[in-house]
Amino acid sequence: MLALTTRPVSATPESMRAAIKQVVGDATPTKGKVKIDLPPLIENGNAVALTVSVDSPMTQADYVKAIHVFTEKNPQPNVMAIHLGPRAGKANITTRIRLADTQKVVAIAQMSDGSFWSDELEVVVTLAACLEGV
Amino acid sequence: MARALINVPANAKRGDIVEIKTLIQHEMETGFRPDNMGRRVPRDIITDFVCKYNGQEIFRAELHPAIAANPFFVFTTVATESGTLSFEWTGDNGFSASETAKITVE
Repeated sequence: MLALTTRPVSATPESMRAAIKQVVGDATPTKGKVKIDLPPLIENGNAVALTVSVDSPMTQADYVKAIHVFTEKNPQPNVMAIHLGPRAGKANITTRIRLADTQKVVAIAQMSDGSFWSDELEVVVTLAACLEGV
Repeated sequence: MARALINVPANAKRGDIVEIKTLIQHEMETGFRPDNMGRRVPRDIITDFVCKYNGQEIFRAELHPAIAANPFFVFTTVATESGTLSFEWTGDNGFSASETAKITVE
């Protein structure tokens, strides 16, 4: 008999777009200012070091309000939402994320003036996270 | 209580940008994995992390299941005054943990 397990439906480029739309509304993020740092080839998707940095003076008048990260093929498109302010000094965040597949990762920064900036990166994942049994 | 590790420089010059590293022990069960009976293991994750500097919020993160187990964050703040940095994690099933660190600013 075939051993079958129920596999979660993965996010799709459409559901990622929908999740992004929830954040940016009708605005279109401009490419630039944001930089995603991920290894291009990921052996183990269970813990991948991710750094997102945004080019901003981080002053009272001009700072990064929020950084959002999305993925295309994880079970859910949302990865994290970070809220910061001028007291951060610089907009530079590092964490560790899970990646379920070879896919596109998108980061969107919201500036204090309301503008949105983005970056995207294609990564190759050889061992996927999230889906294997306990 | 979950173990948390915080790395904050003990001393800083006023105006310096200091790096804060935090790590907390947590499985971050995604809610997408089947157990050996094929049933889905319910989600159990940390959903929110807040860092306050003398009571004022300087960093907040909303976490989703795509954050790896034992959530790790590195971020920065400007050393403005001596005082306390407080860290608070909350999540599913009433999870709550907090930690503090002292910083002396000259």
